[in-house]
Amino acid sequence: MGENVVGRSVRRPDLIEKVTGAAEYCVDVTMPGMAHAKIVRSDRAHARITGIDVAAALESPGVVAVVTADDIAALYARFGHIISDHWILATGKVRYYGEPVAVVVAETVAAAADAVELVLVSYEDLPAVMDVDAALAGGAPLVHEQSYDATGDESFQNLSHLEDEADDTEAVLSNIAHEVNVGWGDVDAAFAEAAVVVENTVHFPMLYAYAMEPYNAVASYHEGALTVVSTAQHPYMVRDDLARVFSLPLSRVRVTSPYLGGGYGSKSYTKVEPLASVASWVTGRPVKLTLTVEEAIYTTRVDSARIWVKSGFAADGTILAREFDIVMDSGAYADNSPLVMAKSVNRCFGPYRVPHLRARGRSIYTNTSPASSYRGFGAPQGNLAGETNLDQAAERLGISGADIRRRNLVRKGEEILPGKRGIDADIPADLEMVVESLERDRKDVPYYGIGFGCSASDAGAYPISTAQVRVQIDGSVLVLSGSTEMGQGSRSLLAQVAAEELGVDLSVVTVVQSDTSVTPYERTTGASRTTTLVGLALQRACADARSRLRDMAAELFECSPGEVRDLPGAVAGPDGRELDFGAVVRQWFGGSAGEVTGVGLLRRDGATQKMPPFWEVGMVGVAVEIDPETGVVAVDQLVTVADVGFAINPRAVEGQDLGAATQGLGSALHEELVYDGAQLANANVVDYRVPRVKDLPRKIDLMIAERRDGVGPYGAKGAGEGTLNPIGGAVAAAVARAVGKWPDRLPLTPERVWRLMSSD
Amino acid sequence: MTEPSGPPRVPVTVDINGVSVSRQVEPRSLLVDFLREDLGLTGTKVSCELQVCGVCTVLVDGRPVSSCTFLTADADGAAVTTVEGLSDGQTLHPLQESFVDNFALQCGFCTPGFLMMSKALLDGDEVPDRAAIVEHLEGNICRCTGYEPIVEAVEHVAEQLRGGTHG
Repeated sequence: MGENVVGRSVRRPDLIEKVTGAAEYCVDVTMPGMAHAKIVRSDRAHARITGIDVAAALESPGVVAVVTADDIAALYARFGHIISDHWILATGKVRYYGEPVAVVVAETVAAAADAVELVLVSYEDLPAVMDVDAALAGGAPLVHEQSYDATGDESFQNLSHLEDEADDTEAVLSNIAHEVNVGWGDVDAAFAEAAVVVENTVHFPMLYAYAMEPYNAVASYHEGALTVVSTAQHPYMVRDDLARVFSLPLSRVRVTSPYLGGGYGSKSYTKVEPLASVASWVTGRPVKLTLTVEEAIYTTRVDSARIWVKSGFAADGTILAREFDIVMDSGAYADNSPLVMAKSVNRCFGPYRVPHLRARGRSIYTNTSPASSYRGFGAPQGNLAGETNLDQAAERLGISGADIRRRNLVRKGEEILPGKRGIDADIPADLEMVVESLERDRKDVPYYGIGFGCSASDAGAYPISTAQVRVQIDGSVLVLSGSTEMGQGSRSLLAQVAAEELGVDLSVVTVVQSDTSVTPYERTTGASRTTTLVGLALQRACADARSRLRDMAAELFECSPGEVRDLPGAVAGPDGRELDFGAVVRQWFGGSAGEVTGVGLLRRDGATQKMPPFWEVGMVGVAVEIDPETGVVAVDQLVTVADVGFAINPRAVEGQDLGAATQGLGSALHEELVYDGAQLANANVVDYRVPRVKDLPRKIDLMIAERRDGVGPYGAKGAGEGTLNPIGGAVAAAVARAVGKWPDRLPLTPERVWRLMSSD
Repeated sequence: MTEPSGPPRVPVTVDINGVSVSRQVEPRSLLVDFLREDLGLTGTKVSCELQVCGVCTVLVDGRPVSSCTFLTADADGAAVTTVEGLSDGQTLHPLQESFVDNFALQCGFCTPGFLMMSKALLDGDEVPDRAAIVEHLEGNICRCTGYEPIVEAVEHVAEQLRGGTHG
């Protein structure tokens, strides 16, 4: 359609800063007079705190202060954007091993670490609930003896299906942090009529995102204002939490997110910012807190899940009804798990026609590390159940995995959630691309299997985005956005969009991101929203800037604004006179100075009225070859389709897809946090094994489907989560076909596969 | 300065990216902290602190080491090269160019380690093939890219070396 800058795999300018070591990450940021913090953490799962003796620590060389819950009792000492149940420092009792109990502030990191050992916390142990069965048992000890008011994130209600449950009756206290129910039709009647009913249970592992830069923040509380630089994906959300803690106006809290060393959802919402901030509030000094990887694992992990699924089919494989029961271990605090659950329930049954549905999800409090967002947001958990159930049904029905999907996949425009946006993708066509590629290179060897899977995620999150462009007197352009660059490439992509819209060279566009006192509001950086929603806001900002420039040019040309035409990087008057943007600004202000700001605002309106803003399709295939002696699973083929509508930077899209798929392969084959008693047995990167270069699939086929069917700029939709979501089910199906037995859990480690093969 | 205070110190002299640096450091000072905190060379990053992720890799006398577990005192008299020393400030090193061209990084946090590890390989006597590159980079974790673009980026530079472009 004639675009010049978008649709091309341009070099990302931010990558140049990163290869030289010049790029500034949060962990590189210092503040004048800064002190350092280390955290005293609980060494038990569930215990009443009977005393904290800080005397010895205070006498340790270089120690400035030791902050405990008592010191911050005057503050609103909790956070949580859905349920504000998360105490900044354990208050009264600890709820999990690793929970922060005190902050030691010292002149150096080493001095703080030394003094941590000298803080003596006395406990009285309480019975702990270490898994969901214990937490749900009759008479189970409560992780929280009180209920908390919802923080009132209204958009959360719009995102999930809570309309029916808004009026909660006086609930009996339990370890259920949150429950979500979705359904329609008459499920029981449909099951009674089904030719085949297939039922299975799957277990999704407890994961860690392992963004390689651990959570860190530096905070300065000074004269009623708080400045924080942190590893936050959503600096505005963190600002809101911090403003509540200190009862400050939003304008007095500034949160900045420099380059993030990985995010993958795990840096969504508030993490260590309150700890650094209260330490600064108590000491009057800027305080920096950098976690170790072990501490980061104990800060946020991924919800593990047990999912029971039952589906009824007609004899030809048509789905008649589906039922899901999802139980997630969400750990000691809710954090974002209620939304993860809401998404899991929305996404578990897949992009299929399901005439009758009953899906229930429960997030359970346990005395374990708190769980929250991770790439895919509940989709990988639910999808594993839904897709393996479908493949097992295909076996029972004697049809192929491709055919059962062909029979049931929704077509473009069909709704899978009543009242929500219809599917804005050609999923059946995507499926054919995957199957064709997989079959083309299928090997005829023993212990070889292929599997594929589909998912559709209600992506984009709530559409509130703003953007600004500032046209300078030399025609160069600043783009301002509150969306965070964490590796996904938004800094480069937004520059491409601005250059395209304004008709200026990419090299004169600079993008500034994620400073709540400088860059305009952005609700979150997640759910693959930036390309679509910030992209739209930015297009509007560019149009606004152009409109202002036309008005100014009209004054200079002494004509009406309607007579001024747009040219690339310039305008033309009715007499054919042309002025580039810089000249318009200079001449209008008259002093070789000034600038023009264009503003773009996006809300739930017009094209972005229907939720979700877009569907993110996940479409993957894998082929595996298993060593029968060892159970080692080698990935022979990885095939993905990025159904992105329009790829603004195709190489960047491929990068997102391979990255997401590789993380998915990690959770399918290697990754699992394992609790052994009160604590994790493998809270480190040695024992928690993530994919390495030798795990590369032998064949990688990354395809992009561009049908311009998204609401975003140029028909674009988001990418970045899609290929992670269906990988687990695809791998499970491939392994099942290779060995002739169905696994019921991930990861499929060599031992698990060997045991599966050796079982009767 | 005559009255000793605080923890004991040891003198070190290290050549950092061609500049000789002499300092008194704590015996427990780690090379990565020396680089990042004492010298402000923050290009080198830290992640696992267990010598298994490769993020903090720097070259000590041309040999790749994990600076998160390497004592500064043990670098006394050695030449240390960090990511800041790869480029001459004017033009990027061929590896840096190739990483950018091949989208071999996203968040970039692991990239200094991959660059230094790759440099050590390419500085060797033999121009590596794909298998040798994969073998050599097994100790470096990247969580963003899925590795293939990294392998391609290094292969690309190896091909240039083989063709004599930068030999």
